[in-house]
Amino acid sequence: MVVSVSPPVAAGPPAHRGRARTLRGGGLVCAVALLVLIMLVSLWVGSKSIPFGSTWSVLWHNDGSADAVIIHDQRLPRTLLGALVGAALGLAGAVMQALTRNPLADPGLLGVNNGAAAAVVSAIAFAGVTTVLGYVWFAFLGAAVASVVVYLLGTAGRGGATPDRLVMSGAALTAVLQAYIGAVLLIEPDTFNQFRFWNVGSLSGRRADVLVQVSPFVAVGIVLALLLARPLNVLALGEQTGKALGAHIGRTRVMGAIAVTLLCGASTAAIGPIAFIGLAVPQAVRILVGPDQRWVLPYSMILSPVLLIGSDVIGRILNPPEELQVGIVTAFLGAPVFIALCRRRKLARL
Amino acid sequence: MTAIEERPVRVRRVSLRVTPRALVVGIVLAVVLFVLSAVSMTTGDYPLSVLDVVKTLFGFGDAGTDFIVTTLRLPRLLLAVLVGAALAVSGGVLQSLFGNPLGSPDVIGFTEGSATGALLVIVLAHGGSGEVALGALVGGVLTALAVGLLAYRRGLQGFRMILVGIGVAAMLTAANSYLITRASLQDAYAAQAWLVGGLNGRGWDEIWPVAIAVVVLLPLAFGYGRRLALLEMGDDSAKGLGVPVERSRAVLLAVAVTLCAIATAATGPIAFVALAAPQLAKRLARSAKPALVSSALMGALLLVASDLVTRLVFGEEGLPVGIATGAIGGLYLMWLLSNQWRRNRG
Repeated sequence: MVVSVSPPVAAGPPAHRGRARTLRGGGLVCAVALLVLIMLVSLWVGSKSIPFGSTWSVLWHNDGSADAVIIHDQRLPRTLLGALVGAALGLAGAVMQALTRNPLADPGLLGVNNGAAAAVVSAIAFAGVTTVLGYVWFAFLGAAVASVVVYLLGTAGRGGATPDRLVMSGAALTAVLQAYIGAVLLIEPDTFNQFRFWNVGSLSGRRADVLVQVSPFVAVGIVLALLLARPLNVLALGEQTGKALGAHIGRTRVMGAIAVTLLCGASTAAIGPIAFIGLAVPQAVRILVGPDQRWVLPYSMILSPVLLIGSDVIGRILNPPEELQVGIVTAFLGAPVFIALCRRRKLARL
Repeated sequence: MTAIEERPVRVRRVSLRVTPRALVVGIVLAVVLFVLSAVSMTTGDYPLSVLDVVKTLFGFGDAGTDFIVTTLRLPRLLLAVLVGAALAVSGGVLQSLFGNPLGSPDVIGFTEGSATGALLVIVLAHGGSGEVALGALVGGVLTALAVGLLAYRRGLQGFRMILVGIGVAAMLTAANSYLITRASLQDAYAAQAWLVGGLNGRGWDEIWPVAIAVVVLLPLAFGYGRRLALLEMGDDSAKGLGVPVERSRAVLLAVAVTLCAIATAATGPIAFVALAAPQLAKRLARSAKPALVSSALMGALLLVASDLVTRLVFGEEGLPVGIATGAIGGLYLMWLLSNQWRRNRG
């Protein structure tokens, strides 16, 4: 496998390198602008049409009018949650792929998504939980337990958690959990009827309470993940070289696993399992900016919420007042772009 | 890992390289498969002795036993063996071609394509089981063709194909979820049951296509197995060693896709066999090479064992076998991994 730790252009003359950095920095600024824009659109667009001018003024002065209530109680938390969860999914995916050095690794691979799903199914079926707020803690617990089990299984004695082992133990636990979920759903049709809507992944009906519950976890996860950019770059050189360069490989892996669990557990708890973003956005970002994690991580963190919130907006306006779940729109919007990118450019390997 | 011993065996003009451990693993798997099949044929709501079963198979049983053996248990067992072997070989070939243990047909969209085909038939046309199988077959093959065409760019490159497959799989999964949320609860429930994959209510009609596919395609895959090991060394090395790279890859891909699509059409997407069986076989044989024959045996074994367990635990027509393959295969793989873990510690 071809591995390069720094972007290919770094080998060029200094002037060229500087220009590439300016280009990437400029791109990042544009991406942030795009994110802000799309968040504004998400506040503005909805089943009740509110003119943009009053959306803007009501946003800053909560005057208690009907419009203000809609925007502050529904659209604002929903948009912020989309931004938070999107960022978390993108980062988790990027870290996961770098950690396992497997481009097919999605954040669900550590068993996080299925651990959360299994816990939610149990909560619905056996504890009679029916609210999104009730799901959150079960989902978190399931995600944490699952990722600890996968990590322990993947930790082979001498070599530490090697990527292949992590992948295999993640796949094994995922299969067991899916079997459990499938069995419960087939035995309890009522549970299935509730679960099928959670399982699609949706932002609808999420209020400020969910946002408040998950944001501390996401915040810690984001800081942790961004701190890992340099160590992950070294990890890409392979175990031997990494060690020779003085990297703490074991520590990087543990920190990475913790970051992924926090980010992915929180987002799955908040809006249900959404696999595609974490898998595809980091992949697409690597095609655009090269393999340097110092760029891949921030880009993934900014572009993922653009895709998530954008999909949510489209899902809302396609067929009002009904909504198309964001998980479905994300895949239909993101996949063609992703496929086109894969066809056109030279592929950056991990 | 110990060094792999290989011994050349030469019978007149045919020579083979044999790895003793792989051979032993293959024989043990075959024996266990045979024993489990015997157990599976004799256990159930009406226990039979082995002698009864053998007599009936040769046409000397009474009408009651004959019905149980040839109408209920034998087709079920045969289907489990055939589908297990087909899925395992399909997974083994794809994992090796893509050089990635996750490159199994469930990950790169072929299975999702079959599911979409079947769901369309269930939800929109309310079709019977024959139509559903046809829908699954068409869906699977069309998806594979789409992935191949989208990924084609001066030849098929494994890595690009995986990525395109993931994109296509995401869209199809979304479409499947959409169909399930839009369907009536009854249709959605039927769809969910199909999606788990099972052997319940399948008879000889479902067996023939799978049997023909396995008889024709498995030897072909085994024959190309050596080339698979060479292809794993990279295109340039393989070319240097005289392997027609593009053609071999196209043939192997076609074989894997067809096996997977036909097996899925017969039973629904049975989870994890395609992913786990080659990995389990590889780990047991402690070989770095793709071991297609033992993978096939392992796949058949996994499915027969899972079927037996579901029948014993949940009753004769209880839960679908797809529930158990994930649980049994997953637990077995976890056990193997944790065993290696302890060995390395100790």
